[in-house]
Amino acid sequence: MNQAIAVPTYNDEVVRKFVIAASFWGIVGFSVGILIAFQLAYPVLNLDLEWTSFGRLRPVHTSAVVFAFGGNILIGSSLYIVQRTSRVTLFGGPTLANMVFWGYQIFIVMAALGYVLGVTQSKEYAEPEWYADIWLTVIWVMYLVVFAGTLVTRKESHIYVANWFFLAFIITVAMLHIVNNVALPVSWMGAKSYIAWAGVRDAMTQWWYGHNAVGFFLTAGFLGMMYYFIPKQANRPVYSYRLSVIHFWAITFLYVWAGPHHLHYTALPDWAQTLGMTFSIMLWMPSWGGMINGIMTLSGAWDKLRTDPVLRFLVTSVGFYGMSTFEGPLMAIKVVNSLSHYTDWTIGHVHSAALGWNALVSFGALYFLVPKLWNRERLYSLRLANLHFWFATMGIVLYITSMWISGIMQGLMWRTYDALGFLQYSFIETVEAMHPYYVIRATGGVLFLIGALIMVYNLWMTAHGKTRDEEPIALAPSASSAGN
Amino acid sequence: MQSLLERNAILLSIAILITVSIGGLVQIVPLYTIENTIEKVDGMRPYTPLEQAGRNIYIREGCYLCHSQMIRPFRDEAERYGHYSLAAESMYDHPFQWGSKRTGPDLARVGGKYSNEWHTEHLINPRAVVPESVMPGYSFMATTPLDFDNAGEHLKTLRAVGVPYSDEQVAKAIEDLNTQATGDDGDGDVEGLQRRYPKVPLGDFDGNPNQLTEMDALVAYLQMLGTLVDFSSVDAKSIER
Repeated sequence: MNQAIAVPTYNDEVVRKFVIAASFWGIVGFSVGILIAFQLAYPVLNLDLEWTSFGRLRPVHTSAVVFAFGGNILIGSSLYIVQRTSRVTLFGGPTLANMVFWGYQIFIVMAALGYVLGVTQSKEYAEPEWYADIWLTVIWVMYLVVFAGTLVTRKESHIYVANWFFLAFIITVAMLHIVNNVALPVSWMGAKSYIAWAGVRDAMTQWWYGHNAVGFFLTAGFLGMMYYFIPKQANRPVYSYRLSVIHFWAITFLYVWAGPHHLHYTALPDWAQTLGMTFSIMLWMPSWGGMINGIMTLSGAWDKLRTDPVLRFLVTSVGFYGMSTFEGPLMAIKVVNSLSHYTDWTIGHVHSAALGWNALVSFGALYFLVPKLWNRERLYSLRLANLHFWFATMGIVLYITSMWISGIMQGLMWRTYDALGFLQYSFIETVEAMHPYYVIRATGGVLFLIGALIMVYNLWMTAHGKTRDEEPIALAPSASSAGN
Repeated sequence: MQSLLERNAILLSIAILITVSIGGLVQIVPLYTIENTIEKVDGMRPYTPLEQAGRNIYIREGCYLCHSQMIRPFRDEAERYGHYSLAAESMYDHPFQWGSKRTGPDLARVGGKYSNEWHTEHLINPRAVVPESVMPGYSFMATTPLDFDNAGEHLKTLRAVGVPYSDEQVAKAIEDLNTQATGDDGDGDVEGLQRRYPKVPLGDFDGNPNQLTEMDALVAYLQMLGTLVDFSSVDAKSIER
């Protein structure tokens, strides 16, 4: 830090709001996830009420974790980072930033209320109906104005790499959202609309959207977080500038092509499936380029992983990113997909990325941000953060291993023939076989939630300026003498 | 190039927009221009008002989250579910319901496989007929009156997005809705309905002739799924993949 440069006043007020909202929605989203996980193991939990059935609560879970938890931490982090890397306060002043915050929360509530009442477009991760879609479009444009406006008015000559990723996230999500949701309402006074696209074209548009919601919401945006928080927490520069340039443009170009791998062996034309598979495999390279760039930023600071649980969250998340971006291309290969598609393997894959990558990097960001935003010297407790780390990791391991087993097992059972050449298993026998894995999966979710509750307590105490009286996390004697 | 872009937020934004547009353009636009994307087969027709109402309930309850409607061209799927699905079979589907997960079985050709009574019992309490099932119960549908008074408006909206409903079909939407649910026992114009919608399943679907319920609509929809295309008359070459 060059003390000669005057530090401008940043708008941290709105970032604090996003941080609180992310913590709140995270707990909501994880809890609903646990409920619907138990519903699959014990269907009586559906209560036979229309508002509490799996079909209505599942989008509440996905939207709460992706758009409410993930969205709030993404927007909050991006606004924190863009101010510091541009050395100016937010464009549009506090009013516009607050409108983005409250407008986004209203969107979340509107969407969730709709799901419970049965208002849905049925397009996965794009379930909100036309009125909520229009509302979100307006909010999103305001967000773009705040973010891009801050970049335009920046006092740094270069735009920092994290902001490239945030910009790609904002622009691409806008494009996907608008095209995928073109719909005509039956009446301007009613919630129901019919989507403009039909059948195979709707399927392609939906998974072009769906895959890139993963690619730009859950990947590009979170990579922006990685490119700021890891170097900051490790106190090391990004490993390679050249690699980040290649990483960025390869990801933005290639990701968009991978959507058809969600439609292998369907009525989508073969040429589109082949393109989707090919680009999915190519995506492996830039994904791992990004992972290497994140992890190698720790060069010379590896010892910090032992003593700094915040850095451990961030780096483990990048490890999970690498694992799921290897598994993804694997599952996009048609023969593998013929087994994995329609099974829990897909659910396991999604959660190894969503819990392992998105949630862990978000937890790391929250632990990083809260002491800074509330002007506290340090976290309330590093030991509690460490405990959270292990609860979360154990939860993820239970979740993804149980889903690997149940997914691959069910896929194999569906195609097993007996000695006489008949199908060996009826469908319901394969459902029955899933039961123990559904219990294990839900248990993993409970561990994950316990960890998150520990975090919320820790952050709450930190914000209130408390510090826990505890032994510091020290290196083992032999390790500390070997450390640099 | 990069050094220019990372100094200019506007140019960077434009470069990003161009870069991310290409993949979608290449993969989506040809689906509208390449002629054999949707196979030419006989038998496809728009949904009847009652089937469309049932389809809307199917969407409302999130059935697609656990049931696919897309049979893949594998031997085991053919034996379990029937002929692989054609693009033509979802040509009037706004939105598509192919699904992405089979917690329950595929429903693309469930039409006619079970009786109306079975479906009604199963929807009210799935475990009454399939003890190991993990499906939620939908008993409320059997007692909830169907709210589709603006059926004509729904058909008009669907026509605006590309479903070829005729003026007659729009005008007779409410009439057709009731006729389908009473079948030969009612005094509706059954012949007219069958002319407008060939192969339409008829009857009192939920076993309660006194009331037109959501159950009637949903079962009517399930009973027509996958029944429109007669594969014995389809030239195998023309749908080969």
